[in-house]
Amino acid sequence: MTFVVKPRVRHPLLPVNELGLTRRDYEGSVSTLCAGCGHDSVSAAIVQACAELSLPPHKFAKVSGIGCSSKTPSYFLSHSHGFNSVHGRMPSVATGANLANRELYCIGVSGDGDSASIGIGQFAHIVRRRINMLYVVDNNGTYGLTKGQFSATNDKGSTSKKGVPNLYEPIDLVSMALQIGASFVARSFSGDKRQLVPLIQAGLMHKGFAFIDVISPCVAFNNHNGSTKSYDYVRDHSERLVSADFIAPGAEITVDYDSGALEDVAMPDGSTLRLRKLDEDYDPRDRIQALTQVQRSAEAGEVVTGLLYMDADAADCHDVLGTPSAPLNALDESVLCPGTEALEGVNAQLR
Amino acid sequence: MTDKATPAVPEGDSVANGVNDRRTSYNDFVIRFANVNGSGSASANGMFAKALFRMGIPVATRNIFPSNIEGLPTWFEVRVSEKGYAGRREGIDLMVAMNAETFAEDVASVVPGGYLLYDNSKELDVRLRRSDINLVGVPISQLVLPEFPNPKHRALFKNIVYVGALSALINIDFDVITGMVSAQFKGKDDLIAPNIHALEIGRHYVLDYLVCPLPIQVRYSNGASDKILVDGNTAAAIGAIYGGATVCAWYPITPSTSLAEAFEQYCNRLRVDENGERNFAIIQAEDELSAMGIVIGAGWNGARAFTATSGPGLSLMTEFLGLAYFAEIPAVLWDIQRTGPSTGMPTRTQQGDLLSAAYASHGDTRHPLLFPSTPNECFDFAVAALDLADRLQTPILVMSDLELGMNDNLADPFTWDDERSYDRGKVLGADDLERIETFGRYLDVDGDGIGYRTLPGTHPEKGAFFTRGTSRDEYAAYTEAPEHYSANMDRLLKKWETARDLVPAPVIEEQGRLIGIVFYGTTALPIPEALDRLLEDGVEVDTMRLRGFPFTDEVREFIDRHEIVFLAEQNRDAQMKTLLVNDLGLDPARIDSVLYYGGFSISADTIYEQVSERLVEYNVPRLRAVGGGGRGTAPRKDREYRP
Repeated sequence: MTFVVKPRVRHPLLPVNELGLTRRDYEGSVSTLCAGCGHDSVSAAIVQACAELSLPPHKFAKVSGIGCSSKTPSYFLSHSHGFNSVHGRMPSVATGANLANRELYCIGVSGDGDSASIGIGQFAHIVRRRINMLYVVDNNGTYGLTKGQFSATNDKGSTSKKGVPNLYEPIDLVSMALQIGASFVARSFSGDKRQLVPLIQAGLMHKGFAFIDVISPCVAFNNHNGSTKSYDYVRDHSERLVSADFIAPGAEITVDYDSGALEDVAMPDGSTLRLRKLDEDYDPRDRIQALTQVQRSAEAGEVVTGLLYMDADAADCHDVLGTPSAPLNALDESVLCPGTEALEGVNAQLR
Repeated sequence: MTDKATPAVPEGDSVANGVNDRRTSYNDFVIRFANVNGSGSASANGMFAKALFRMGIPVATRNIFPSNIEGLPTWFEVRVSEKGYAGRREGIDLMVAMNAETFAEDVASVVPGGYLLYDNSKELDVRLRRSDINLVGVPISQLVLPEFPNPKHRALFKNIVYVGALSALINIDFDVITGMVSAQFKGKDDLIAPNIHALEIGRHYVLDYLVCPLPIQVRYSNGASDKILVDGNTAAAIGAIYGGATVCAWYPITPSTSLAEAFEQYCNRLRVDENGERNFAIIQAEDELSAMGIVIGAGWNGARAFTATSGPGLSLMTEFLGLAYFAEIPAVLWDIQRTGPSTGMPTRTQQGDLLSAAYASHGDTRHPLLFPSTPNECFDFAVAALDLADRLQTPILVMSDLELGMNDNLADPFTWDDERSYDRGKVLGADDLERIETFGRYLDVDGDGIGYRTLPGTHPEKGAFFTRGTSRDEYAAYTEAPEHYSANMDRLLKKWETARDLVPAPVIEEQGRLIGIVFYGTTALPIPEALDRLLEDGVEVDTMRLRGFPFTDEVREFIDRHEIVFLAEQNRDAQMKTLLVNDLGLDPARIDSVLYYGGFSISADTIYEQVSERLVEYNVPRLRAVGGGGRGTAPRKDREYRP
């Protein structure tokens, strides 16, 4: 396999953001995934989301586990460091990275095998720890790199490419995240960029653990009739519940909405998140309602999408730990080493 | 038996009437307390040891405990030694037998002529009596019954009563003990009076009814007067703070738990600034995999991070250790070794993780190991390991064990040089990146096998790279080309050679003798006593205490210079020997193993006996004839002993 460096040519008409950068500045290397893979759409959405937010493209920590989805951090934000770590263990690496430097935007990309099977323990516990990061699962219900085994998110009865039905109950990461304390939970579809990009933006700007489960069809192994993670199935069965649009501080709100009740949420950095509720009775700040809705839709074979739950005021792990505002990795001896005098005090107590 | 209402000396329990024919000895005995765990004995026993320490007497403590919270047998042993012998010695001189369940076994463990302190509120079963030891009966249950109405308090104060009795029996300065009680319960003054009362109950009983003090007793000494008393885990935790660790991720596992807990405790004291900001992050992870992942994530992002674990945790961390080796990420792992696997024996000590640590993970991996022997080295190596991890960009494993980690030992007061700065290794900042033309994360610019790394977020244009395990070229670009993989593996070997000169050198004491004894970690503790005993037999040896892996040239040279080389360690498979043979390409026959793996710490007796047996087999000449005609053999003329 070869490594293809993208030519860095800037089209003169490409729009620039507040930093004077174009979308090209947020891209990564050329994807080696299959043509039509949903994951590439997710990477593209991340590129667009970050460019539109005018975030410095080098101020990210990109982390992933192992699998097709975990390869994608090299396909976006090439000015940032990335870490393709251990299968199922991205959450712990992300936790450490975030503890070391709270100033970086942390994006973790994982898959359904990586997060719902081998890494389900780590997934559960990073949710509990409220690490301030965007955690994206490219969910295709199958093991792509090992050629098409069922994953734990594959629906019972959904069939493999050869027509064999899956016999086991699915694990729903959205329900898990809701249950154990994620302060931002969304589900989207890689084929719905209009919904996904604002969700990524909102998740990045959210302080705390932001989880987006993106149904991202596998064109090679799980995009056939009989699969509930195919492009066709998701298009036919998705039910948009709450859309979100991220509005930068001071920006004019011009987003055009066709219908639904609008609700603005103030974000910690002064920006606004505008929610559009397609069901007026749905309150995305009601965790129990969100859980119920997700379960009910799943029962009906539907896939609810959008920003399902958000607590804009939640504390993150650094709040809980009481760490300083400066990154821990920037502290030097003068702060970290208590010195001789304090050591004499320690000795005195051990006499 | 006498009337229970008026305690008196039961027949045959008077020391004066016993088999005691000992001459009085001072500060030289082993005392063991046999208790039931969860009975509050630990604090009473700790108070006993600390009282001797406060009198300047060298002590070494040992907890022998079950994997249990309440109800199972537990022992606490104190080695009292004016000579400063800190290792374990077989045989108990004074047994405080407070556990009915283990009573028979406890009585049997007393050396002939030794003493058994027991609760004679009930008559001692005749089957358990030994005519060759001295029975010291104190009716502890009867004594506390009228004094403490609350049964729970009564159980706790029984422990204090025997400490009070011991104070008179072995001549501990009573003011030292009462002073400690007052200091310990400062602010809870209502606890001071009953504790002192309990001490006095025990003390007065033995003063009134028994011959005091016993021939084994203590007296003020200078042997420990300038020392501190601390366990290795606490020392390591304080060292980690001084060494600048900011992230600690761990999962509870005996005997390493107290390291992480001490880190938190001392961070709360030493690392919280005036604004209440806490300059550290501690995560009790969901398992050891996660603990290691957090350490690696933090190390990748430039924080000094460590974890503390034991054998089973090390096993779970091995996949990550391999990744960190290949991805070249600094990490520090403290392995407080224990007997494995599962539960039960694992609350006993062992040096059994060397091989699984040194070569942890898949593929060709090897990790530098450090071997601390003392609390001071736990402190120093905690700092050194953080520096080494940054310098070598690789995991550093510090191989302590339960014996060192969880038991209080004498140590020199910790010292620190305020001028000392941390070695953060080769990290390029934004200015550095501006200056250099090309950045290649895995380029061996300096020829030492160590590349320059950058931290995330350093520079808008330069220095970013994608961290992977193996499939990369020198510029961190993805490749599966064979030549790139091999070249990278070769560079990692070069880095290994660099590490050889950076890990702590061995401590060698050598006077050109025929025999060399090699040891490491807590096997060092009984060595001085074992050497003295060998010397009594006319056997003089050189010693080498290993402190780091890979091995320096000095290690090979020491082995080469000695005709007979013993290697003492606490595992079945001679794991350090394997490391020596592998790393230095030694002939395995060059090394004679002295092995102990019973769960206790290796004793001076074990080392002495195994070495002596082998010397007899080898017909090695002695410096002088051995008295009593036991083990000695006549010197061979063709193999003159070199003094």
